[in-house]
Amino acid sequence: MKAPNKSGWKPSMQSDDGMQSGPATNSGNRALMLEEPLLFEIGNTDMTGVDLPEIDPSATTRMGGLERVDSIGLAGLSEPETVRHYTRLSRQNYAIDLGLFPLGSCTMKHNPRLNEKVARMPGFADVHPLQPVDTVRGALEVINELAHWLIDLTGMHGVAMSPKAGAHGELCGMLCIRAALEARGDARKVVLCPESAHGTNPATAAFAGYTTEDIPAGKDGRVDLEALKARLGPDIAAVMITNPNTCGLFERDMKAISDAVHAAGGFVYCDGANFNAIVGKVRPGDLGVDAMHINLHKTFSTPHGGGGPGSGPVVLSEALSPYGPLPYTARTKDGVVHLVEEEQADAFSEEHSDGKMQSFGRMTAFHGQMGMFTRALTYMLSHGADGLRQVAEDAVLNANYVLRSLEDLLHAPYADSGPCMHEALFGDKGFGDDLSTLDLAKGMIDEGYHPMTVYFPLVVHGAMLVEPTETESKTALDQFIASFRSVAQRANAGDASLKQAPYYAPRRRLDETQAARKPVLAYREQSPPAGKPTLSEQGGS
Amino acid sequence: MARYFTDEHEWIDVEGDTATVGITDYAQEQLGDIVFVELPDVGAMLEKGKDAAVVESVKAASDVYAPITGEVTEANDALEEDPALVNTSPEEEGWFFKLTIGDRDEMEGLMDLKAYKAFVDEL
Repeated sequence: MKAPNKSGWKPSMQSDDGMQSGPATNSGNRALMLEEPLLFEIGNTDMTGVDLPEIDPSATTRMGGLERVDSIGLAGLSEPETVRHYTRLSRQNYAIDLGLFPLGSCTMKHNPRLNEKVARMPGFADVHPLQPVDTVRGALEVINELAHWLIDLTGMHGVAMSPKAGAHGELCGMLCIRAALEARGDARKVVLCPESAHGTNPATAAFAGYTTEDIPAGKDGRVDLEALKARLGPDIAAVMITNPNTCGLFERDMKAISDAVHAAGGFVYCDGANFNAIVGKVRPGDLGVDAMHINLHKTFSTPHGGGGPGSGPVVLSEALSPYGPLPYTARTKDGVVHLVEEEQADAFSEEHSDGKMQSFGRMTAFHGQMGMFTRALTYMLSHGADGLRQVAEDAVLNANYVLRSLEDLLHAPYADSGPCMHEALFGDKGFGDDLSTLDLAKGMIDEGYHPMTVYFPLVVHGAMLVEPTETESKTALDQFIASFRSVAQRANAGDASLKQAPYYAPRRRLDETQAARKPVLAYREQSPPAGKPTLSEQGGS
Repeated sequence: MARYFTDEHEWIDVEGDTATVGITDYAQEQLGDIVFVELPDVGAMLEKGKDAAVVESVKAASDVYAPITGEVTEANDALEEDPALVNTSPEEEGWFFKLTIGDRDEMEGLMDLKAYKAFVDEL
């Protein structure tokens, strides 16, 4: 396939051999490709960007001896220096607004600008969680409406809105399960996690006080139902399943799994991180799920990663709903949305839900990520129920297009297990001598793409997990696939130049091993070139 | 001294009443550069097949399982300073821990070198 770059310019045109051609520059910059020093290296400690009044020498301190006596050695930067620093760094970054972000199990999708517009409306943007409830009725209405959409889409009974992201949602769900078990005096100790589950699942179970055990995957990449059934018993508190799983496959036996777990007296936690593949198509409640977190920053298009805070509401079955966290919103028959906190919880529960509410407590100080709630609800309302169904269909179609466009070149371990869901999984079988998944990923950086998820899931050797999401057009996918194929061909052919990739990134290959073995987590002053004073000599202590 | 292997890629040296445990050359090769090792406390009681240690590489964090039941008598503290020993000398200097042998019958079912080699070739 021909690259769509009509001007014909490529970074590689700076050189034919990977070395810089043309004269070296004094600054080290290459036109608009800027070298940016660290913040500490820009300014002096005796400068400040803020015009503070002189301290009145006769003023007395009220710090009780805790006042700082030394300079803390921070460089004082002016506003333009600071703005330029971060803007320059941002130019070396990769973001969903720059290109396809194929990070598997992460659902890096476009963040619609309409979401941003709505989130900035003063009635949503300028509220404070401690405001009197009567002044934030609109915000409560949004939380309650979003809660209803989540309950409807999942076929569940209740929802806890406050968890701040996926793993926090998992913890909330597991604490509900623990509270429900404790309420019936049942001290079960073990949580089962299939091999294809997200790594956070066993971590969450352990954090909630359980020991975890693996359940093996079958040859087709799905949970081995018989192995699971064989392990069930009176000591199993819950099974945590990611569905669709991290092999990009739908767990077809989900209902049978849930029935078996329930029959053994346990609960089913479903990791909903991959809900994008099934939203509007499958209701987890119909599959017997008791608790599932939903990543608003994945499926419902709120910013993900460095772009914004996560949000991980947890939908709950009828059995678990009474144990969900406070506060929660509820609409009473008179149409008013209430915010139910500790003070009113018992009375409210008595009056409106038969006194069943026995909350385990709070997950957060307040109600959750309000800014993400407005964005997610905007996304839902602008798509509508039929639009959300199409999101899942297009996401799955795109992933299958990637899978089938590469399976002749790359080992695709579950290509015969039927269509994949939202992500396509490949392994490193067939790569040339000494070349690894890491080398291919670095090659993708030279091609101008953020690499896919690598070495996960663990069940596939040298795994590469690609999730294109519904955001991408066929044209964008074709360009990505052409690049991916080209690098895969080099890997298969044993092209040793791949070992040195990336060639064109702001930095060449980083030493990940050394970074992990001997991490430097705080700024260390480098010894300055002769004649140049260090920051501390310039004014610090 | 006899050396045995598990299908989870641990090796175990048996000498008198003490067993030394580490991960195999094949295991370190698969994991890649080891960056962190978490060892069991001396005195900890380990149960055959249960988590005993954690090994973390640039690619993944993995559990190391106890090949037999027993009490930890010594842990290889050198690994905490220099986890790379697991890469450079997995089956000698890179040992993980030593433990008492609780039940000799548990050796049944472990592989000898020949059986382990055949097992790895199948993978």
